[in-house]
Amino acid sequence: MSRVLIAEDLYLLRDGLVHLLQARGFTVVAAVESGPELLKGLLELRPDVSIVDVRLPPTFTDEGLQAALAAREQVPGLPILVLSQHVEQLYARELLADGSGAIGYLLKDRVFNATQFIDAVRRVAEGGTVMDPEVIAKLLASNARNEPLAALTPREREVLEAMAEGRSNAGISQRLYLSESAVAKHTASIFAKLGLAPSDDDNRRVLAVLTYLNSR
Amino acid sequence: MTGPRALPQTEYMLRRFGQVAALLALLVVEVPAIIVAVPMMFLSFAMGLVFLFPPLVRLIRRFAELNRRWMRAWTDVPIEAPYLPAPPPPVPQPDGMYRSDRTLYRTPRVPAWNDRWKWLLTDPATWRDGLWLLLEPVVKPLLMPAFILAPGLGLRAYAIWSNWLLGATAASRLAGQVSHLRRTRNLAADSQAAEMRRIERDLHDGAQARLVAIGMTLGAVEALVDDDPAAAKALLVKARESSSETLTELRRVIRGIHPPVLAERGLADAVRALAIDSAMQVSVTVDLPRRLEAPVEAAAYFAVSELLSNAARHGDARTATVDISTSGADLRVTVTDDGMGGADPAKGSGLSGIERRLAAFDGVLALNSPPGGPTTVTMDLPRALPERTSKSGPSLPRWKLFAVIALWATAWCPTFPQGIVAGLLKISGDEEKSWFLALHLPEFLQWPTILFMIGLGGFMHFMAIRIPATYNVGCGTPQPAPVRPWRFG
Repeated sequence: MSRVLIAEDLYLLRDGLVHLLQARGFTVVAAVESGPELLKGLLELRPDVSIVDVRLPPTFTDEGLQAALAAREQVPGLPILVLSQHVEQLYARELLADGSGAIGYLLKDRVFNATQFIDAVRRVAEGGTVMDPEVIAKLLASNARNEPLAALTPREREVLEAMAEGRSNAGISQRLYLSESAVAKHTASIFAKLGLAPSDDDNRRVLAVLTYLNSR
Repeated sequence: MTGPRALPQTEYMLRRFGQVAALLALLVVEVPAIIVAVPMMFLSFAMGLVFLFPPLVRLIRRFAELNRRWMRAWTDVPIEAPYLPAPPPPVPQPDGMYRSDRTLYRTPRVPAWNDRWKWLLTDPATWRDGLWLLLEPVVKPLLMPAFILAPGLGLRAYAIWSNWLLGATAASRLAGQVSHLRRTRNLAADSQAAEMRRIERDLHDGAQARLVAIGMTLGAVEALVDDDPAAAKALLVKARESSSETLTELRRVIRGIHPPVLAERGLADAVRALAIDSAMQVSVTVDLPRRLEAPVEAAAYFAVSELLSNAARHGDARTATVDISTSGADLRVTVTDDGMGGADPAKGSGLSGIERRLAAFDGVLALNSPPGGPTTVTMDLPRALPERTSKSGPSLPRWKLFAVIALWATAWCPTFPQGIVAGLLKISGDEEKSWFLALHLPEFLQWPTILFMIGLGGFMHFMAIRIPATYNVGCGTPQPAPVRPWRFG
């Protein structure tokens, strides 16, 4: 039973998230609607996972993101899943910068698919990294001219994309209809081509890939 | 005077005398011009031969312009031309006719002539020029002694006289600015209207159409759900996918209106986000003391965005640098790329669009793009930083507020009863001493004390006004809460 904090200023969406999470066995410890409340909740309640909207009152700028970053500075690795109407590589970099994982960054539309969304929440709660496919697509597009990436086969690129989104080998094999051993073979090949040290730990592997892509 | 210095001095005098001679020689042409001009003026207004007026004005303006040029070159009196901008050429109506007042014409000749006539007639500079020319045969001989004895001084006096009649007045400068503002405002309004139409089309063809489709799908689901739950479920999946696509579409439109990063973080981070998203290697240096005015920020952002995508698309560039800095309240943005150069605003790339956008803020764009590259675009936007007005000044501390109140409450006492009234009593020789301190003192101290009291009172009044003047008087007016009826998380 995970304890969840929700920060969202639109009542309908906040209420919807509360119901969705309660139906899937989470305990919602707080549902707040502004930046200062959020920061206080994060630091005092230390929820197992928090779902945070980027734009919150009072300034309606990036209040939620700032609160998440500030909280994680004081409590490294505090699991937070950031939701937004738009995704920016800039924000993804800021969220990933501390390298401690347990972070997610998704478009709000991903809530439509409840099963996938709950899966993402669980992965963040367990210390994993979840990135929106759109962030990864932008990341790969802006890296399109880089040599090592250009050397990947189309299949390897698909695997890399899925890996960067934060999926485990099992998750990748499910999504791409490959056997797990085939996925393992592809990931080993990708790591060799990019010159990264191979790792069996899913979380560390994702961070390594994202750090590699962001360093360009 | 020693030899080496005498020569430049003689040369100087010679040059001055030459200039004076030229001025006087001009009279030889000016006097006949006046003799022609006066009857022409009479004919054009009294006899109705209006067609004589424009050539007459052109003639007078030529003399005035020559004089301005000479005075600018010879003296340090800069004489600005005061003329109002010429009227724009007439624009044909949809049916190809040209309208002037209530008459339609087939060709633009008559309306253009009418506009020109009105322009010349109503410009006060026309009449000031005429007066100047008329007075030439009087003023120049009057200045003759000065021209001969001290030609430098004489020329200066003549230049000041010319500036008085030929120079720009505050009104003519304002008129020039107004016409410039009107032009840039029209440009801004045009580009805004075009922008609105584009957004309307995007929403109409995109989001709106998709929502209609979703509504229809949901209607079908409603009809099917009892009889064929499996088909209904399939349609629901489709509806959900469509709503997802609609959101993507809306996101794209929003980015075109006002990018969310710009709203959330300001220009610096928005440009950094652009740099990260770009396929080129873009390095960004930003030096901004605070956030810019919102409209300027958006104009600068879209300009940088357009330039970067131009560089990648047409210039085939691999690296680019963006530099954003300020000097005073002015903003300068420089974008350099290593592409193949040869960019030309006339070739219809986005450059002229950027220029139009910047013109609304009096901004200018300078392009240097030799064939083979590199391309450098520099944009200057004056007064882009918000001024630090009442918002930024510190407000009055409490103890100073009490001091000011105490000063206002007591300053009257030394000034009036102890100073001025005591002085009046002393002058009138009245024996009444009452509570006037000075009159109780020995004779020789009375006047100094009275003057000291007046001085002290004056100083107290001065401080009571001076202290609050250095602070923001509206003690901490609260910032208005951001009101945003439209919200995108």
